[in-house]
Amino acid sequence: MIVHTPTEAENVAAVLARVAGRHFGGTATVDRLYRESGGASRQTWSFDAIVDGARHELILRRDPPTLGTPRAKAETDRSVSIDRATEFRVLRAAFQAGVRAPEVLFELTLDDDLGEGFVMRRIGGTAIARKLLRDPPYDSARKKIAHQLGDILARLHAVPAAGLPPLLRREAADHIAGQRRALDLLDRPQPVFELALSWLDRRKPAPTTQPVLVHGDYRTGNYLADKTGVTAILDWESAHLGDPIEDLGWLCVKSWRFGAVDKPAGGFGSREELWSAYESAGGLKVDPARAHWWEVFGTVRWGIICHNQAWRHLSGALKSMELASIGRRAVETEVDLLQLLKSDV
Amino acid sequence: MAQDRPTASELLAAIADFLREEAMPALDKTEPRLGFQMRVAVNSLAILEREARLGPAADAGEQARLAKLLGHEGTLENLNRELARQLRAGARDEGDAALMAHLDATIADKIAIANPKWK
Repeated sequence: MIVHTPTEAENVAAVLARVAGRHFGGTATVDRLYRESGGASRQTWSFDAIVDGARHELILRRDPPTLGTPRAKAETDRSVSIDRATEFRVLRAAFQAGVRAPEVLFELTLDDDLGEGFVMRRIGGTAIARKLLRDPPYDSARKKIAHQLGDILARLHAVPAAGLPPLLRREAADHIAGQRRALDLLDRPQPVFELALSWLDRRKPAPTTQPVLVHGDYRTGNYLADKTGVTAILDWESAHLGDPIEDLGWLCVKSWRFGAVDKPAGGFGSREELWSAYESAGGLKVDPARAHWWEVFGTVRWGIICHNQAWRHLSGALKSMELASIGRRAVETEVDLLQLLKSDV
Repeated sequence: MAQDRPTASELLAAIADFLREEAMPALDKTEPRLGFQMRVAVNSLAILEREARLGPAADAGEQARLAKLLGHEGTLENLNRELARQLRAGARDEGDAALMAHLDATIADKIAIANPKWK
């Protein structure tokens, strides 16, 4: 955990006042600034900018400059994730295409000396799965979320390529190779993940003829929802071009049901409900075998992410009991994989 | 020479109980962020308690099954490396009943330690 010294918050506040004034045209004061928990290497700050009596509710997404060294970048193992400048452009294209995503406003510049980052409008709602799945204010939202996630995802996959920044194209075979490389780097034998990756390799879908914008981390925990349901899709840093069904499979990985195991669509509904909403909103007709493939792949991916999170602690890159403990969650995906490989679709 | 009681498992359980029942509620009131971290710590201690109690038998069972499956003795680490290599090369797959029985037993033992409530 990084300690938030008052100096850091004061520094961020001073820069935000300056950049907000520049963007909105006036003298800005910053109010209610605080750093949201989570995301040690990628910070999220919530704040209000008051310019000429108008209050703008905003979010700063930022990579602190100290993390910009090649060594730190390698250690956080984010070779597949996009930088903040690319995220800004993906979000802008998605918002302009009508996807329920935060509206990005402006980027930080080098002279602002806060590292790479951008400011977007703050949207109401919570991302905390436990609350969404169990707390009374979300009773009626719970019935809608699976449908909404299918609907929003179809629009996300339809974002015109022309508006997007250059993104890596990653198909099934690239993903398999990437996970095998990750296992080799961890250097501990993992028979269940190896079995699952070979299973996936033998059945992998052909590369897409028309790759689309894939969110890459479309799951419960990564969107905001209020009592009306989903308000915004967050966490776009895994965006790439590829197979749209990847996002549908990832959303159904059992770990993202947060205990609501009988509701595969992120803990809120059936796969069929999700797919039907997706198809109604213009998405591809979903082939169940292809969706199953991506769900199995997603389960492997989350298991290996668990090991990588623990490795960030074990390698000394970021000392954290919380990260260390995630290593022991990988076996949950091994249980799920052994079940999935036995279920024929 | 064996240590006196409490055993590792008993001592870990005692620490986890104390932290859960006394330290955690106090922290939740005054320092919610630390309260969350304490929850993670208590959960990890519970894993260690189960590992101290169940780990040795689980490892011995895994090693014996691997030796039988692969047809020779070896350390747990080396046997698992050999199996992992075979699985990557596709020399065995999910159609191998002995392999699947071994993996089912191994993962059942692992989850019983890491998170027995997982389903």
